[in-house]
Amino acid sequence: MLVLLGAAEAEASGLAAETVTNGDPTYAGSLAGVSLGLRVYHVVEPEFKEAVNADVYEEQIGMMEMVLDVDGIIEEMKTIREQFCKF
Amino acid sequence: MSYPVLKGVGYALVNTPDMIVHNGTTQTTEKIVNPESEYLKVIGDHIRKYEEVLNYAPNQVYIGNMKPEDLRGMEMPWADKGAKTAERFGKFGEIMPQDEFILLMKNADAFELVVLEKEFTEKTRTKLGAHPLYANEAAELPEGAELSVIEALVADHAEAIYNDGKLVGCVKRAHDVDTNLTAHVLFENLVVKASGILAFKHLIATNGFNVEDVDYVIECSEEACGDMNQRGGGNFAKSIAERVGAINASGSDTRGFCAAPVHALIEAAALVQAGVYENVVVVAGGATAKLGMNGKDHVKKGLPILEDVLGAFAFMIGKNDGVNPVIRTDIAGKHTVGTGSSPQAVITSLVAAPLDRNGMKITDIDKFSVEMQNPDITKPAGAGDVPEANYKMIAALCVKRGEMERTQMGDFITNHGMMGWAPTQGHIPSGVPYLGFAQHDLTEGDLNRVMIVGKGSLFLGRMTDLFDGVSVVIERNSGVTEEASSVSHEEVKNMIAEAMKDFAAYMLKE
Repeated sequence: MLVLLGAAEAEASGLAAETVTNGDPTYAGSLAGVSLGLRVYHVVEPEFKEAVNADVYEEQIGMMEMVLDVDGIIEEMKTIREQFCKF
Repeated sequence: MSYPVLKGVGYALVNTPDMIVHNGTTQTTEKIVNPESEYLKVIGDHIRKYEEVLNYAPNQVYIGNMKPEDLRGMEMPWADKGAKTAERFGKFGEIMPQDEFILLMKNADAFELVVLEKEFTEKTRTKLGAHPLYANEAAELPEGAELSVIEALVADHAEAIYNDGKLVGCVKRAHDVDTNLTAHVLFENLVVKASGILAFKHLIATNGFNVEDVDYVIECSEEACGDMNQRGGGNFAKSIAERVGAINASGSDTRGFCAAPVHALIEAAALVQAGVYENVVVVAGGATAKLGMNGKDHVKKGLPILEDVLGAFAFMIGKNDGVNPVIRTDIAGKHTVGTGSSPQAVITSLVAAPLDRNGMKITDIDKFSVEMQNPDITKPAGAGDVPEANYKMIAALCVKRGEMERTQMGDFITNHGMMGWAPTQGHIPSGVPYLGFAQHDLTEGDLNRVMIVGKGSLFLGRMTDLFDGVSVVIERNSGVTEEASSVSHEEVKNMIAEAMKDFAAYMLKE
């Protein structure tokens, strides 16, 4: 099982990623204090991009890949995974 | 085909400091769930004075005293930078203070629901009497009531009206059990009506229109008026038309969340082009619920609460006059039920598809007016720069379609886009705040073609989770008001004569 994110910027991606790994950092929802340590990726990360059909990716995400701060998102996601992912 | 034209605009902001605290849903919700919160304790220190609201660049752009381009070079945050001018009145309208607006609510009230305090009424009546558009209304206002009467009404289900932290009036409920006629709902609806009237009056006055020439009014805000048997029965439009003296107008309300103003623009243009009506006014008032919507984030970041104004606008669409910019009803985009929700699909349906149908490229549009939310408000709240995000997507689509190189994206965003200036009042930023500038840019200015794009999220109403949006192109007028009919009168006569001859021959044969 893995969690896939599509958030529009790095900070929001990091927050969502932390929620499903270390637990909800805002202590607002049901995952507050619950460390699931799940694998979590953003759709603009190369791991996901390489795993799916290139045409479908281009059609669904190609444009947003140009718009989003892809490097910032990748860095944020890596940091969270390295710290909290258990798988 | 003779296209309809954009004849004029009117824009108004209303600074409502007390309504942020008492009527903005972020604050009213906090009072219920966390009455002792730190936010509620410090909120008073973060509310701007009227003079500061005037001296705020995005507000001055809204009423036409500054241009959208003026914001481009300004360092953010804009809140502490001041504006080129801090005037109350501008080319398109005004920024009204709260005390005068409270009298406008009384003026908008047709059912004696608004009760104002005596002393406050008299003091403000003099002020409003000096307003170029409200001298008569100020004189006609009835005398106010004693404070004790208002206190008793507030204790009995009325919604309080405050000014400078003091109780100065209230809106009574209109029914004992009907939840659609509670004081709260009527308060919000009267604010929509009163601010809509204000923008409408500016539209008429600044453009020198005769209000009796208005045939139809479309109101496109986000509130609903009606009772328990018809929650959104309407009709804000006609109630506004009545108060501004548009005696020859009827009207109706169009709803579609944040996209409604552009839906209304297209509908108005279609009604005029079809010849149903000659002059259609689209109008919308402001929403108190959205005041201070992102207030918690602004306070957390040490900023003033920047959502401290109600927004309102009005514009008129009329028959082609050979001068004003034409609404190209044949270049209109729509997000359909089947479009899907990926950003790519959305932008394609709204921007690229209508241009493709007309053999145009995205780069043929000189300026795009998207959701023009003021980024000074949204960025500190973590919602990013909405117009910029839209321009990036349009630019990316351009690259994908091979209309330009990726390296040109930055220039495209600067040249074909604008910095946002509209208050985050839902429907207010929806493309139409640019119409006033567009009218100038497409006549005296150097632009030839602009696209107005409205987008909305429908999930909020819990009826569908579909996205929505529509778009339309506005173009410089060629000066030709009526294209020559393809068949002349003479030709028609000949065709009829031919047909009669054939018929006679057929009859003779029988």
